[in-house]
Amino acid sequence: MGSKYDVLVIGGGNAALCAAIAARRGGASVLVLEGAPKFYRGGNTRHTRNMRCAHDAATEILTGPYTEEEFWEDLLRVTGGQTDEVLARHMIRESKDILNWIVEQGVRWQPSLGGTLSLGRTNSFFLGGGRAMLNALYLTAERLGVDVAYDAEVTDLVIEDGMFLAARLKRPIGGETEIRATSLVAAAGGFEANIEWLKQYWGEAADNFLIRGTPYNRGSILKMLLAKGVQEVGDPTQCHAVAIDARAPKFDGGIITRHDSVVFGIVVNKHAERFYDEGEDIWPKRYAIWGRLVAAQPDQIAYIIFDSTVVTSFMPTLFPPIAGQTVAELAGKLTLDPVALEKTITEFNAAVRPGTFDHTILDDCVTEGVTPPKTHWARKIETPPFLAYPVRPGITFTYLGTRVNKESRMLMADGKPSANMFAAGEIMAGNVLGKGYAAGMGMTIGSVFGRIAGREAAKHARN
Amino acid sequence: MHGTRILDEADRLMTVCNSCRYCEGLCAVFPAMEMRRAFSDGDLNYLANLCHSCGACYVDCQFSPPHEFNVNVPQTLAIARAESYAAYAWPRALSGAFARNGLVISIVAALSMAAFIFGFAALNDRSVLFGVHTGPGAFYRLMPHNAMAALFSAAFLFAILALVMSVRAFWRDIGTPIGGRADGGSIFQAIRDAGELRYLHGGGVGCYNEDDKPTDRRKLFHHLTFYGFLLCFAATSVGTLYHYLLGREAPYPWWDLPAVLGTLGGIGLVVGPVGLFIAKSRRAPELLDESSSGMDVGFIAMLFLTGLTGMLLLILRETAAMGPLLALHLGAVFALFITMPYGKFVHGIYRFAALLRYAQERRTEA
Repeated sequence: MGSKYDVLVIGGGNAALCAAIAARRGGASVLVLEGAPKFYRGGNTRHTRNMRCAHDAATEILTGPYTEEEFWEDLLRVTGGQTDEVLARHMIRESKDILNWIVEQGVRWQPSLGGTLSLGRTNSFFLGGGRAMLNALYLTAERLGVDVAYDAEVTDLVIEDGMFLAARLKRPIGGETEIRATSLVAAAGGFEANIEWLKQYWGEAADNFLIRGTPYNRGSILKMLLAKGVQEVGDPTQCHAVAIDARAPKFDGGIITRHDSVVFGIVVNKHAERFYDEGEDIWPKRYAIWGRLVAAQPDQIAYIIFDSTVVTSFMPTLFPPIAGQTVAELAGKLTLDPVALEKTITEFNAAVRPGTFDHTILDDCVTEGVTPPKTHWARKIETPPFLAYPVRPGITFTYLGTRVNKESRMLMADGKPSANMFAAGEIMAGNVLGKGYAAGMGMTIGSVFGRIAGREAAKHARN
Repeated sequence: MHGTRILDEADRLMTVCNSCRYCEGLCAVFPAMEMRRAFSDGDLNYLANLCHSCGACYVDCQFSPPHEFNVNVPQTLAIARAESYAAYAWPRALSGAFARNGLVISIVAALSMAAFIFGFAALNDRSVLFGVHTGPGAFYRLMPHNAMAALFSAAFLFAILALVMSVRAFWRDIGTPIGGRADGGSIFQAIRDAGELRYLHGGGVGCYNEDDKPTDRRKLFHHLTFYGFLLCFAATSVGTLYHYLLGREAPYPWWDLPAVLGTLGGIGLVVGPVGLFIAKSRRAPELLDESSSGMDVGFIAMLFLTGLTGMLLLILRETAAMGPLLALHLGAVFALFITMPYGKFVHGIYRFAALLRYAQERRTEA
C-alpha cells in the first residue's frame, strides 16, 4: 500500500468493487479502503442475492424480456415519482450492459430455482448469493492489481473547494496514515447501522430497529462529505425496511430473519389490533412496506398471526413460530391481552367472505365490514394450534445521500460538479430511489454507478 | 433431538440454510434440503453423504464463522458423514474400527505384509523368495495360483458382503421418495455425477482448499486416484480372465493388456493419493473433520502403497527383488481388501447411493 494512488475507493461492497475494477481496467492505480475486517467486507452486498437489469430478450437465466420502459414504470411505481428521471433512465439503459459486464468480472448467475421470489423474468440471481459475488469481484480486482486494505477506518477527508486531496485513516496495525489520490470514489454505503444518527429522524423508536446488515454501515463518509459541502439528496427518514423476526440479532441477521407470512394471516400490534390491509398487494411491494408499517406502531413491534393450516405455504423460517392451542394461550405467550386478541380474530373471521384462494394473484378472498379490510387472501384463522411471529422493523439501507450527475460525479452545494469526487452505491441511492424499493435495485445502482464512477475517476486521474 | 450431537448441529444448520437458500445453485445438498422441512437422522445422513466437501458454501456464506450464526456446513457434514460410516457398518461389532481407522489399517497392513513374506519364506526355501524368476507363472513359484486366488477371493467376497449390508442399512434409513424407484435413468445420472465428480466444483469455479481461491486440484487428484483404482481393478480382472479362459499366466509382458492397464492405474494410484494427501494437509482447518483424518490418511496411504508396490513389481520383477516386492504388494492389496468396509473407501459407495437417491428425487419431482 503506497501513499499516492490515481483512484482511491472508499467502501468495499458491490459499488466499490465495480468502481475499483473499472478504474483499474481504465489504467489507474487503485486502492480500496474497506472499513470492515475481511470477513465482513462488502457491506450490504454480503446479504444480497439478485440484481435487476433491463434486457430485450430472454437469456439463459432470465425467462423473458424486461424492457427499459417496463423497468422505468416499476421504478416510478415504487418511488411514487420521487426519482431523478435523467439519472434513473440513464441507469436503466446502462443496466442492460451490466448484465454481461458483471459476468466478465467473474460473477456467476444461476437460474432462479426456489424460494418465494417470483423474479425469474426481471432479476438475475447470483450463484451462491451476494458473498459469492463479492468473492468473485475481489478475486478479479486483486488479480488486476487493485490494492485492498481491510479494517481501514477513514477518520477524515481532506477536501478543498470541492477537490479531494487525501484521506486520513486509522488501522489496527500501522496506526494513522494519510493516503493521497487524484480521484476519489465514495462507495461507503448508508448510515443504517448508526442508531444515534437514525434517532435524529426517528426519535427513540430507532432503538427498536434491527439492522439487517453489518454494524459497519455507519455513514461516516457520507457525514464527512455532506459536512464538506457536497450537496445532499434524499429524505433522511426514507429507508428500505422490511418486517423481520423480533428475535433476530441487532445487526447482520441478513436474509434469513425476514418473514413473508403476512399474506396468510393477520398482523396485530401490541394492543392486539390490526392496523393495515395484509392483503393489499403481491410480494415485492408487500415485502417492502411492512418494515415502515411496524416502525409506526407503538414500541415498534407487531405479530403476524396465522393458524396451522398455512405453515407450509411460505418459506421455512429460522425462528420457529410461537404456538398456542387456543388464541388465549398464544396471546399469553406473546404478552398480548387475550381478550383483545380473541376479539380481533373473531371479528376478522366473521368478516371473511368465501372466495377462491390463490396467493400468486390478487384473488377474491376478501373481508367485509372490518377495518382495516383485508382485500385479498382473507381466510379464517380457526384451526389450532394458533401461531405467531413477532416482527420488528429491519432496516436494510438509508436513502440520504450525496447528489451526483450522470458521470456519477458528486455535485457541490452550489450545484457545481466536484473536480475529482465520485459516488456510487447506497451513498447516492437516494438520487434514484426517493422512496420505496423493488428487489434487486440496490445492486443495479451499485454496479451501474460503480462502473461509471470508476471509469470517470480513472479518466480524471489520467488527464 | 437426534441420535448424536453432530446430527443436532446438522439439523440446526439445515434450518438456517433452508430459510436462506442462497446456495441452492452450488451443489445437490441444498436442493435436496429444500425438498424437506424437517430432518430425520436418515435425512441428515443422506445430505451428509451427498456433500462433496468442496467448501463453496462455506466461502460464500454470509453466516459462516465468525458470524454468530456459525454456519459451517462442510465441516459439520464431514463429521456427520464420518459418523454415518460407523453407524451403518456391518457387522456392527466392527463399527469401532472407523474411530481408530488409521491405527487399524496400519496394523492390518503390517500384519498382512509380514504374513505374506513369512508365508512365502515358509512355503519355500529362502532361495525361492530371493531368487530370480522370469516368464509366465513366475509369481506362482512363490505361492500357488489356487492358494492366491482362494485367499483373495475370500477377502474380496467378505468386503463385498460387508459393504452391501452396510449400504443396505444406509439406503433404508435415508428413505424412499414417494413414487420413486431406482430406475435406469436415475442410475445413469448417478453414475455420471459420480464419475465426473460433478459436485466437487464449487458451483463451477473449483474446490476451496487452502484459501479462498478455488482450484480444480482436488478433483484432478481424486480422478487420478479413482480411475487409477478402477484401472488396477480392471487389470486384475483381465488377468483373471486370461488365466482361466486363455490359460495365460501372469506376469504379462509390459505391452499386454493387464500390464498396460496396471501401469496406467498404478501411475494414477501413486500420483493421485500423493496429491490428495498434500491437498489435505494444506486444507483450511475450518473445513476439515480433524477427528477422521486418520481414516482419510490411512486409506490414501493404502492406495499409495498398493500402487507403489505394484509399480515397483512391474519394474523389478525380473530381479531378485521380485519375491519380497510381490509379498509386499499382495500384503498391501490384501490389507486394502479387508479394511475396505471399515475405512474411507466406503465414502464412494455412500456418496453414490446418495447421488442415486438425489437423481430419483429430482426425477420424481419433475
